[in-house]
Amino acid sequence: MAQKLIPELLVEDNKFCPGCGHGIVNRVLAEVLEELGLADKAVGSLAVGCGCLMMDTFGTDWVQAPHGRAAAVAVGVKRVRPECCVFTYQGDGDSLAIGFSETMYAAIRNENITAIIVNNGIFGMTGGQMAPTSLPGQRTTTSPKGRDAALTGQPLNIINQMKNLPVGYLARGSVDTAKEINKVKKYIRTGIETQMKGGGYSMIEILSPCPTNWKMTLQNSLDHIRSTVRATYPLGEFVKDGERTDA
Amino acid sequence: MTKASKKRLHMVQHHERCKGCGFCILECPKEALSVSDDVNRKGYPLVKLDEEKCIVCAICHTVCPDYVFERREVA
Ligand SMILES: Cc1ncc(C[n+]2csc(CCOP(=O)(O)OP(=O)(O)O)c2C)c(N)n1
Ligand code: SF4
Ligand code: SF4
Ligand code: SF4
Ligand SMILES: [Mg+2]
Repeated sequence: MAQKLIPELLVEDNKFCPGCGHGIVNRVLAEVLEELGLADKAVGSLAVGCGCLMMDTFGTDWVQAPHGRAAAVAVGVKRVRPECCVFTYQGDGDSLAIGFSETMYAAIRNENITAIIVNNGIFGMTGGQMAPTSLPGQRTTTSPKGRDAALTGQPLNIINQMKNLPVGYLARGSVDTAKEINKVKKYIRTGIETQMKGGGYSMIEILSPCPTNWKMTLQNSLDHIRSTVRATYPLGEFVKDGERTDA
Repeated sequence: MTKASKKRLHMVQHHERCKGCGFCILECPKEALSVSDDVNRKGYPLVKLDEEKCIVCAICHTVCPDYVFERREVA
């Protein structure tokens, strides 16, 4: 057995709420960047949402984009600094509502960046409004009677939108158990390796609890992901080395 | 796991970072973790580790959102 130390990239304690999945994703991402020797070459792009709290606590370089536009900014950075490891870190609301176009076009052009999308099914930072990813029937502050899919559409499965495009790597993980967290780490590593070998666009979506705005205990939040959220958003690798794995 | 490897490594806790979410307690396979009566400076109850039960698997490190646990060589 080896030591398991806290990565040096986590330069300050995070500022997320108790039990927030962002903290786990931060640690895993930091471990991957350090293990691949990319800590000094990594540039993150983020926009708005709780992920932005990382700018003070996660020791890579950062560029903040206008709301939703992290992928467009990341593409610009990668095109002028191809030797850098360039990634986006966004929530589902930011990347898939206002930022849907920029998120999709980076994939459509198979841009050589890695997108990390933390899907907690709501706009977390602003207090729990409905997001494109909210489940039918899900109560949020803007759908107090539960999301009406007839009125607002079905939840957005971004991997289904992207998996027929010529992209490098697509995977969906979850932070609801230790086993799944280890898979998230493998997915993020594969996504970043895909970028660093010039393999095209990589995107890892991660199901994550927001106990604060779900108004649930952490235990109930984790049970909810396992029993309900995963049915709409299945886990696994969907595209690897540019090939569909589920076809 | 051999006895020797178990002796060389142990879990170290950075209690001041804990936010009391309880994920580590839920996931520990040996029920080695429990809530104690003491609190940290933020006011969250400390997580107590029973070294007798702990198998140093570091699952608590994997799930903790707040970087409380490290598996370290015994100094
Ligand atoms: C131009 C603009 N419009 C609206 C907002 C308000 N706002 C802040 S965070 C956010 C969305 C956050 O949701 P998500 O991306 O899912 O991140 P989470 O906090 O859930 O991780 C919004 C709409 C803003 N900051 N800027
Ligand atoms: S509001 Fe939700 S997403 Fe934001 S830090 Fe708190 S738990 Fe995490
Ligand atoms: S190392 Fe494993 S057995 Fe020990 S406290 Fe952590 S989770 Fe429990
Ligand atoms: S998982 Fe971490 S933050 Fe949560 S109670 Fe355990 S030690 Fe504290
Ligand atoms: Mg969100």
